[in-house]
Amino acid sequence: MTIDWSWIGDHTDDLTTLTFSHLQAALSAVLFGLLISLPLAVVAHRIRPLRGLLLGLSNVLFTIPSIAVFVLLLPVSGLTRTTTVIGLTIYTLVVLLRNTVEGLDSVPAKTKEAAKAMGTRPLRALLTVELPLALPVIMAGVRIATVMSISLVSVATYIGDGGLGQLFTDGFQRNFPTPVIVGVVLTLLLALVADALLVAVQYVLTPWTRRRA
Amino acid sequence: MQPGKGHLMIQFDAVHKRFPNGTTAVHDLSLEMPEGGVTVLVGSSGCGKTTTLRMINRMVDPTSGTIRVGGRDVLDQDAADLRRSIGYVIQQSGLFPHRTVLDNIATVPLLLGHGRRKARARAAELLETVGLTAESGKRYPHQLSGGQQQRVGVARALAADPPVLLMDEPFGAVDPVVRTQLQDELLRLQKELSKTIVFVTHDIDEAVRLGDQIAIFRTGGHLVQCATPSELLARPADDFVADFLGAERGLKLLSLTPLKGIPQAPAPEGGTWELVLDGARRPLHWRTEDTELPVRPLSDADSLLAALNESIASPTGLVARVDADGALTGVTSRDEIHEHAGLAHAEARVA
Repeated sequence: MTIDWSWIGDHTDDLTTLTFSHLQAALSAVLFGLLISLPLAVVAHRIRPLRGLLLGLSNVLFTIPSIAVFVLLLPVSGLTRTTTVIGLTIYTLVVLLRNTVEGLDSVPAKTKEAAKAMGTRPLRALLTVELPLALPVIMAGVRIATVMSISLVSVATYIGDGGLGQLFTDGFQRNFPTPVIVGVVLTLLLALVADALLVAVQYVLTPWTRRRA
Repeated sequence: MQPGKGHLMIQFDAVHKRFPNGTTAVHDLSLEMPEGGVTVLVGSSGCGKTTTLRMINRMVDPTSGTIRVGGRDVLDQDAADLRRSIGYVIQQSGLFPHRTVLDNIATVPLLLGHGRRKARARAAELLETVGLTAESGKRYPHQLSGGQQQRVGVARALAADPPVLLMDEPFGAVDPVVRTQLQDELLRLQKELSKTIVFVTHDIDEAVRLGDQIAIFRTGGHLVQCATPSELLARPADDFVADFLGAERGLKLLSLTPLKGIPQAPAPEGGTWELVLDGARRPLHWRTEDTELPVRPLSDADSLLAALNESIASPTGLVARVDADGALTGVTSRDEIHEHAGLAHAEARVA
């Protein structure tokens, strides 16, 4: 298997576009996943009976084959970026929901008690005490969801989207390995860079976890 | 109740608390806590003392009866507003691990909308009040020792200058030496601030040390006796209280009586044992021809208990008395101390 370096040189513009498109799909999914998971996780955390139901539901959604999800979404949103993002979002839920609930569970009872006893109202306690303290566990979920989404975007090639995934179909159809290898390398790089950035974000957001005495 | 110590700050009137699981935590409690005084709630675990404390700032609501703080029924007030107006020091400090020490202390002023700058300035002031360095304000709670964390907990409770301070076993998790330091500091602070303090502990010595009045609870949430420490030690209401006060009840009472006023005589000269002084007349040790024994000089503020202990340990039966600078003022004999120990009990019995 040899790499046709001139092909890469001729297609830098296309590769850049595909990379950004790929990243945009994955990040949108994580973002929407978070927007959906956060309120659901708070509900699951506070109302015990709903916890099993919500976590179970997210598990069930996760088991649906990805191609089937896209097919099922076609009548709703058609062959669009929206379909890709909805599909990917569904898969992020299982990690984001579970980690956010676990993160909220991990906040020490003493700390919540102190917040209440100081006269903090429930919403403010959630935003300024519980969620910040749950952040390390939530961020662990965000990292998994991000890497997972970046790898999963390619599946949307099936509905004409798929970012870097298009390189795989292209290479496969023409029996030409270069685009496939380039696609794999770029996907890996994207995942690595995104993960490193998230580690940096977490470092900035959680200064209290840095210097252990 | 101490007559004349200002009016009542907190009143419990026929308060009952039953939890949904059927246990009665507090049984028909009527109790009054005077303004500017320290009321200590003691009892073994499960006696309802913590529930009683938590009903004051509505962390728990009573099943029946009324609780008034500053004359107002707590149930008529918004719970969060009420809590902001009452300082709370929690077991094992309960500090916010994600906030710096300074921001922990600033919690209530920020909730009250005082603005970040003003709240932080106030917090910096309080750091000093509780004996912490300005530098520690920038640290996170886990970077402090247990004793320092407790100090931050006290500072946080004082931040909005509330008239009432609730303290739930605040010094339970620190070692005995640090605990004594923290108790001393609390007494010093209380002298300056005159807060109405409600203090929960299971340590009777701590209760005797800190309390202006002590309320003893028995399992099932029954208040057995509420009295000043000396009254409690001299006249326990029943065997339960006597048992709770422990075998050294008689000695504990002596810990409440200061040495001030107990006569002293000039130090003897020419006996077998000689009290050796340094250049500033501070006692160094007892000496014979071939031995030296340590001496623990006592000042007027030290207790009769300390004097009794020293008189037994002293080879001459004499206690060295010193002034504020540590210079010898005289000695007091074992007999004299015994006599006054007896007197202290006699006085407490009739008081």
